[in-house]
Amino acid sequence: MSTHESDIVQFDNVGLRYGTEREVLSNISFTLFSGRFYFLTGESGAGKTSLLKLLYLAQRPSRGAIRMFGRDVITLPRDKLPAYRRRMGVVFQDFRLVDHLSAFDNIALPLRVSGVREADLRGPVEDMLEWVGLANRADARPATLSGGEQQRVAIARAVIGRPEVLVADEPTGNVDPDMALKLMRLFEALNRLGTTVVVATHDLQLLRKVPDSLIMRLSKGSLLDPTGALKYPPRRSGGGGA
Amino acid sequence: MKRPPTIGSAVDRGLAPFRGRRAAHLLPKARFGGPIPWVIAVMVALTVLAAGGALALSNMVSSARGDLEGSATVQVIEPDADARQAKAAVVVDLLAQDPAVVGFRAVPESEVAELLEPWLGGGEGMEAVPLPALIDVELRDGTGTAELERIEAALQDAAPGSRIDSQAQFLAPVLSALRALQWMALAMIILLAFTGAAAVWLASRNVLGGNRDTIEIVHLLGGNDDQIARVFQRSILFDAIAGGLLGLVTGALAITLMARQFAALDSGMVAGGSLSALDWAILALVPLFAVGIAVYTARMTVIQSLRKML
Repeated sequence: MSTHESDIVQFDNVGLRYGTEREVLSNISFTLFSGRFYFLTGESGAGKTSLLKLLYLAQRPSRGAIRMFGRDVITLPRDKLPAYRRRMGVVFQDFRLVDHLSAFDNIALPLRVSGVREADLRGPVEDMLEWVGLANRADARPATLSGGEQQRVAIARAVIGRPEVLVADEPTGNVDPDMALKLMRLFEALNRLGTTVVVATHDLQLLRKVPDSLIMRLSKGSLLDPTGALKYPPRRSGGGGA
Repeated sequence: MKRPPTIGSAVDRGLAPFRGRRAAHLLPKARFGGPIPWVIAVMVALTVLAAGGALALSNMVSSARGDLEGSATVQVIEPDADARQAKAAVVVDLLAQDPAVVGFRAVPESEVAELLEPWLGGGEGMEAVPLPALIDVELRDGTGTAELERIEAALQDAAPGSRIDSQAQFLAPVLSALRALQWMALAMIILLAFTGAAAVWLASRNVLGGNRDTIEIVHLLGGNDDQIARVFQRSILFDAIAGGLLGLVTGALAITLMARQFAALDSGMVAGGSLSALDWAILALVPLFAVGIAVYTARMTVIQSLRKML
């Protein structure tokens, strides 16, 4: 890890429970550095999606501290959160495309939300469609796209705003191995442009396809530190799993 | 896979607000597909009718009050015709000297008989009926009950069996009933406004429920509450304008038809209730208020729902 890397996300002793149930995440502490590629792995039900929800600010933790982009986001007023969400791109496990919008309009959505003029967004969206190989499907509705095509639209939507952090939840879960490899190459390309990438997957084969990646492993809601590559727990001596 | 596109300066933030046509397509277009235009049309039509009725009643009360204010009638009740005429002459002298009286007219006996003909019948035998002598009196502005009592006492002294009645007193119960109807119309308008707001609230929640996924996506992409609420406001705005105009036309047509029916009664009091240009202008504001209520209700419904999300 080079010395010029800066902290972009810090979780410190974070716990999450839904209602009065037991904690689905316990004592989660880690630091993400800008420009790195992370895999979040773990068996089904380990808490990967819950952790990602905390990461893309869809959920507040039950306890602990989360800093993003140098700011404590737990105490941040609710109306300030959209500005932070716009600095992130999210690829949802179920894509979450807007059904009645075309592929073009789905990809353009983050730019429109961010206030980019119509005249300014057409070019970037068309470039992005071409980049993900869907230039000829710009007007297609999600229902008429295959799983892999929907996945690519979802990815294009997540990255069009050039997010500082890209979060992808099982992005290869619905595509064949070839497409999975293409998507990983796409994420790597983005990563090389400076985007911090966090990919949640239970497919351990993927990890080998991005050699410089760092791995976070979740098991039963707790984070393990199998590689030692992560500074985990952040700025503490001793390391060890949660 | 090609190299990612360079978006560069095109993704500068905050260049154009996410609203209007830019945001409208987030909701599936279904003009008149939902209940809102029709609910608003019915509400506006009923409100226009209630408001039109209230304005007509108000005009009727004002007109009747203006006509009757300061008018009174003196009756000289005396069975003997000669004595009645003598007493009537005394009353006329008295009224001519009274400072509260600015004018009077002795109603001819034939006119009195004509007035009573519908009740008593005409023709032979009417001469035998002892009709009172009537004198229409115009009183000075501001003449009150005390002044009327003073005149009545003077009349009783000078011509026993005579009495003075203010015409406003005759119609006081009618005017009171009309005022009660006005209040009822106002209450109806308020209830209709609440009912309309409640209907829009329910419809908005329905639209919200049907588009929850879209809202969540925009929310997670960094859309703020105001941006999302504007999408719904715009959708409701167009539906409400269409419904409001439909309701206004329907209500105005109903009022016009009713006005024709009442005009056929050929009653002076009813004629005083016709609507002026200003009244029609007030009625034309009803859909504007309805649109305002609908848009505000939709906005608050969406904002409340969004506040449940992080």
